[in-house]
Amino acid sequence: MTDRTFVCRCEDVTFTDLEHGLAAGLTTLEELKRYTGFGTGPCQGKECMAAVARELIRRALVEPEALVPFTSRPPIEPVSLGALATAPDPFADPLPSAPYMRSPGDDS
Amino acid sequence: MTLGSARAELPAALDLLIIGGGVMGLSIAYNLARLEAGKPGKPQTIAVIERSYLVAGASGRNGGGLRMQWGDAGNVALMRESIEICRGLAQELDINLWFRQGGYLFLARTESGERRLHRNVAIHEQVGVPTRLLAAREALELIPELDVSEVRVAAFNPEDGVVFPWPFVWGYAAQAVARGVTIRTHTSVDGLEPLADGGFLARLSTGESVRAARVINATGAWSIGLNRALGIDLPNHPHRHEILSSEPLKPFLDPLVVDLETGLYFSQSTRGEIVTGITMPDPPGLPHADSVDLGSSLRFLANVSRALIRVLPVARHLKPLRQWSGPYDISPDGDAIVGPSPGHPNLIQVCGFTGHGFMMAPAVGQLIARWLSTGEGHPMLERWDPCRFRDGRVLRREDMIIG
Repeated sequence: MTDRTFVCRCEDVTFTDLEHGLAAGLTTLEELKRYTGFGTGPCQGKECMAAVARELIRRALVEPEALVPFTSRPPIEPVSLGALATAPDPFADPLPSAPYMRSPGDDS
Repeated sequence: MTLGSARAELPAALDLLIIGGGVMGLSIAYNLARLEAGKPGKPQTIAVIERSYLVAGASGRNGGGLRMQWGDAGNVALMRESIEICRGLAQELDINLWFRQGGYLFLARTESGERRLHRNVAIHEQVGVPTRLLAAREALELIPELDVSEVRVAAFNPEDGVVFPWPFVWGYAAQAVARGVTIRTHTSVDGLEPLADGGFLARLSTGESVRAARVINATGAWSIGLNRALGIDLPNHPHRHEILSSEPLKPFLDPLVVDLETGLYFSQSTRGEIVTGITMPDPPGLPHADSVDLGSSLRFLANVSRALIRVLPVARHLKPLRQWSGPYDISPDGDAIVGPSPGHPNLIQVCGFTGHGFMMAPAVGQLIARWLSTGEGHPMLERWDPCRFRDGRVLRREDMIIG
């Protein structure tokens, strides 16, 4: 059994990886995300962000009230590309009510 | 090891101030510091000032593709050099870049696309790049999941590839700092005051000021404000480009695939995700933006999904994990804007890479560093001259702008 501690299980980021980032002078969640990759996997930070935030506070690198989470990325719920392909593009797709969608023969 | 910080102490006088801690600025800083260390005499004092954190801008937001398949011999040769540098760069920078040469596969579904690929392959052959034309069934052998029923011809260069952009930037930063470059983050340059000796006094958001004999504007899509404040009017402008990565899959896709007609591209990263984006013109009737907009849209998801499913039908079951955007720094003739600024020769532009700065940065960093250190020229530097717009020397040479 390994004695490694994982901070982010989706991207296999260990506590040691986090410590490397902190030792290099990185002090914000955005920077540490981009240095270690934590929070970019299937959980999108739901598991790991609190653990990293706690470490920043414990080391007095940030005041708790000044702590900012990294930007959350859409989508909130997983949706297939097949479903997304049916969403209309307002600049490319004619609207259902537009005149040129009328049935053939209706030239009023 | 340090990667720079908000507290890094800046020397009061610099030989070179690089504004912008993206891959361009850091590649130039690293390569120049390396050249200067090998020269007799006192090395140049170099600092990089980044408004936010490193990797905050386009360098941390791109798809990580590197290709030699361009439509113009100058770009083909430049990218051959960049990819050659990447082969040894992980060792040189002592960081895992996740560099993988799975090739780029361009698909043409129209007659004009077919002509472009035929013309490109002839240019690549002259430069010495091993791109070859493939029939649709040969493309299918490379990627059995493709729908090639509409494909007329494909072009494949096995030496093109992908990287994971983030470590790339950290690697340049760490090695620049190790060679004496100061990297100051979370600090913006609020103004540049020209000095009588030809240099500049940079006023910083922290209240500090620093003198620099030469300044590089490597802020890409954010460069307009700094330039206009000095009366420098260049035609580059930001364009929001969106991208997504999917849930991770077992490795099945070796090449990065481009659909020429829609500007769709997709690849599988070493982490297993499908990374994909598409050319999306700005909404009609709006003037070019002056400032960077970084939102994500459902319009992008709809467009990229339709185009991807058409070429790779199995993708309809795939779910995006995350979507984001980054700015292209668009140059109207497709060529970068690099060199002394009109009216301000000691302010050097390194801008206008039109969405392809990341892949060019390894080679561009080296050639600009050589020019700064020894004055050595390069044919691309003549072509990228920022004064060409003022002087009416603009030529449209490149039509392989993707995304």
